[in-house]
Amino acid sequence: MSENISSSPNPAFSMQGISKSFGSVRANDNIHFQVRKGEIHALLGENGSGKSTLMNILSGIYKPDAGTIEVDGSLRVFHAPKDSIACGIGMVYQHFMLAEPLTAAENIAAGSSGIILNRKKESASIRAFSEKYGMEIDPDKPVVQMSVSEKQTVAILKMLYHGARILVLDEPTAVLTPQEIKKLFNVLRKMRENGCSVVFISHKLNEVMELCDRVTVLRKGQSIKTYVVEDTCSYELVEKMVGRKVDLSIDRPVPCPDCKDCLVVENLSLKNDEGFQKLSDISFTLRHGEILGVAGLAGSGQKELCETIAGIMPAEKGRIFFDGTNIFGKSPREIIRMGVSMSFIPEDRLGMGLVASMDIADNILLKDYSFQKGPFLKTAAVRVKAERIVKELEINTPGIFHPVRKLSGGNIQKVILGREINLKPKLLITAYAVRGLDINSSYTIYNLLNAQKVKDVAVLYIGEDLDVLLELCDRIMVMCAGKVTGIVDARAITKEEIGQMMSGTKLKDIKGGAGNVSNC
Amino acid sequence: MFRIAKKDELPKWKSLIVRLTSILFGIVLAGILIAVLGYNPMATFSALVIGAFGSVNALTNTFTIAIPLAITALGLAIAFRMKFWNIGGEGQIIMGCVFATFVSHNMPETTPGIILILLMGAAGFLGGAIWALIPGIFRVFSRTNETLFTLMMNYIALSIVQFLHYVLWRDPASKGFPKIKAIQLQAHLPVLFGVHIGWIVALVLAVMVFFLIRKTKLGYEIRVVGESEPTANYAGINVKKVMLTGVALSGGIVGLAGMIKLTGSVYTLSPAITGNAGFTAIVIAWLSGLSAPVIALVSILIAALEQGSQIIQIKLQVPSAVAAIIQGLILMSALGSEFFLRYRIVYAKQPGKPRAIKRTAGKPDNESGGKPESAEADRSALKGDA
Repeated sequence: MSENISSSPNPAFSMQGISKSFGSVRANDNIHFQVRKGEIHALLGENGSGKSTLMNILSGIYKPDAGTIEVDGSLRVFHAPKDSIACGIGMVYQHFMLAEPLTAAENIAAGSSGIILNRKKESASIRAFSEKYGMEIDPDKPVVQMSVSEKQTVAILKMLYHGARILVLDEPTAVLTPQEIKKLFNVLRKMRENGCSVVFISHKLNEVMELCDRVTVLRKGQSIKTYVVEDTCSYELVEKMVGRKVDLSIDRPVPCPDCKDCLVVENLSLKNDEGFQKLSDISFTLRHGEILGVAGLAGSGQKELCETIAGIMPAEKGRIFFDGTNIFGKSPREIIRMGVSMSFIPEDRLGMGLVASMDIADNILLKDYSFQKGPFLKTAAVRVKAERIVKELEINTPGIFHPVRKLSGGNIQKVILGREINLKPKLLITAYAVRGLDINSSYTIYNLLNAQKVKDVAVLYIGEDLDVLLELCDRIMVMCAGKVTGIVDARAITKEEIGQMMSGTKLKDIKGGAGNVSNC
Repeated sequence: MFRIAKKDELPKWKSLIVRLTSILFGIVLAGILIAVLGYNPMATFSALVIGAFGSVNALTNTFTIAIPLAITALGLAIAFRMKFWNIGGEGQIIMGCVFATFVSHNMPETTPGIILILLMGAAGFLGGAIWALIPGIFRVFSRTNETLFTLMMNYIALSIVQFLHYVLWRDPASKGFPKIKAIQLQAHLPVLFGVHIGWIVALVLAVMVFFLIRKTKLGYEIRVVGESEPTANYAGINVKKVMLTGVALSGGIVGLAGMIKLTGSVYTLSPAITGNAGFTAIVIAWLSGLSAPVIALVSILIAALEQGSQIIQIKLQVPSAVAAIIQGLILMSALGSEFFLRYRIVYAKQPGKPRAIKRTAGKPDNESGGKPESAEADRSALKGDA
């Protein structure tokens, strides 16, 4: 077990000539992917490059149309996920498949052979097992009380406990703070020392550079090249990933120096239906012509904050001023009627921002029709507008009568952004605007947001990628468990400091003073 | 060996071919059954077609059946657009008839026909609307399941009409025979081109419903609410108001269908007044893809099937159960075509090779009725693409 074979070139598994089509789409096209024993191997590619399909083939969910899979040198055909698990392949998805009410030990032991579960024995052996990999978990803690990071640990441990020697992690860092990421990396390195193999799926290049031994780049369903990480650089990888040279810096125009406050939120609190405090005592100010970023782990109250400001979710108490008018407790329609020009681009684009089965023109009508007089719809003007938006934002579509659900993620985001920007809002709220978008589309969105900022629009940018938040925003508000842990100048703060605030440390405890607190 | 895979959306002409082929398949299937039972399939089907369309009399009967079916389906389609599963058509028809009969019984005999008919129409609409609004209000304000609620409302309505029939409104002039007094003579709908003018009402309603859904703000809101309530909320639509308005319209039109049947062809309220139109109309609305003009056409075809079945019972002494099976087979095949429009069956060539996983692109096709490979695969397929 402990013999060091990390330098051994013998492959843990090898996928040769994998092809898989869905209808007319070739998701995987003759992909070669080989992972050695005792290495951390990154699988890098944009959305739609075939990463998920390839991993679903490896885990036995899909059957390849062509190609072979070898594990430990012998040819294998996976008919179902259980065959893949039997070969020692363990998948850890972004959504951990754990039974929430049960404890860590019960979750990990689930699926073990035998009928009677000896809780004490299992718990002890799981504790011993976890220490071997330097993982800290409390086996008797119910999963429902765990943080995302702890849940991830349980999910990984579960795979290892059931004998996985090859671990596939699908964007494991997306939900973690920088500190938690460090911990995870240490665990993964420990696994490498123990001769396990890790497939690390990500599109964050700095993580790949830091952690991985080799990296395979996928593009448009093809495996472009496998690099030894030490012999390459992030620019080369991006170029391979996107297919051409990309400038990775984000513009940050100087914020409007003498603009007035646009949005003032005071002591906003909200309980959800189950009585959990989702927002407690949130106060902040957003000026015209600036981008205020909101950082925080997923579920720290970002969604609730946006929806209460937009009037979709009724808040419990607090005040929300828009250019001096209190809009607290008003419904979206009332806010529009009051002449408040605010645009909200929700996280769930197809489920909330758009009507998935309707065409582009009908979706643009969504924010227009209520201004029309009389009981009948007037569609002619909207069509002209739709054509214009499609042209201006270079939306790739067969026409304005194409259902939005058939568009790609980037184009869907452009439709909704185009619609909202066309309303000429004074306040633009975007929740995870670039989630699921490829690099090129992401930069288009950043440019569009900057263009709004230059027009003195106030922008509230809910983000998840700290690097982007630090480069794009003027100030960053950090949230943790529904509270604001600090509002900082994005030009004078580090990722680590934000990370600490994301996990609950107040700003003043980090810096020991108010040197960095912006005046709000 | 076989697996079921999701299909790309077909162009319109191709889906039409699939649908027609399915119906043909149903006819062939019914034909085999008829032959097995010792009847001549060709003779039976030709009798069916002639019985439905072959004479002025046949056409009159077919259209008389089609009118309430079409109006009911138009009403239901509005609710279905909002994903409000109104299967309470039966109850709404009955209540429409009850309200209309009440008006007829309580207006002086000197009332001019046109006024009486209009009043009865309004009452019929009101009755249906109320009967749909009750489950609607509960759905909107307490999130009850409208499918079960509307269904149960059918039985309540049926019991009410039975009570009226046997007790409260029992006509003393009928010499002990349980029967409700017929509606006033001047309330009978006038006949135009051999059929009562309900057909004009049906056509006008088809145009109006089409216009409502496609060209009005309310129709747009109904479509948005049906597709996604969060989106409707986000856009500032008052979801509760739109849903209640839509449900009232839906029930009202269905109630009006009852009133049309009452004043156009039956003239007397009875527990059997719906003739299952409330359920048949669900099939019609669904087969028509909720499109108003198509509903008008499909209603005629379904009515023809019903009328033709009656004729073959009379002419060829085919038992009524067999006639019902023929209808059922053809309808089932027509509905079954929906499956082939969305999925295709793939035959894995090498026998002995294990079954492939029945899903594509991460979308679990559980609707296909295919048994999932395992719960595990099911979940991982879902999550893996998330």
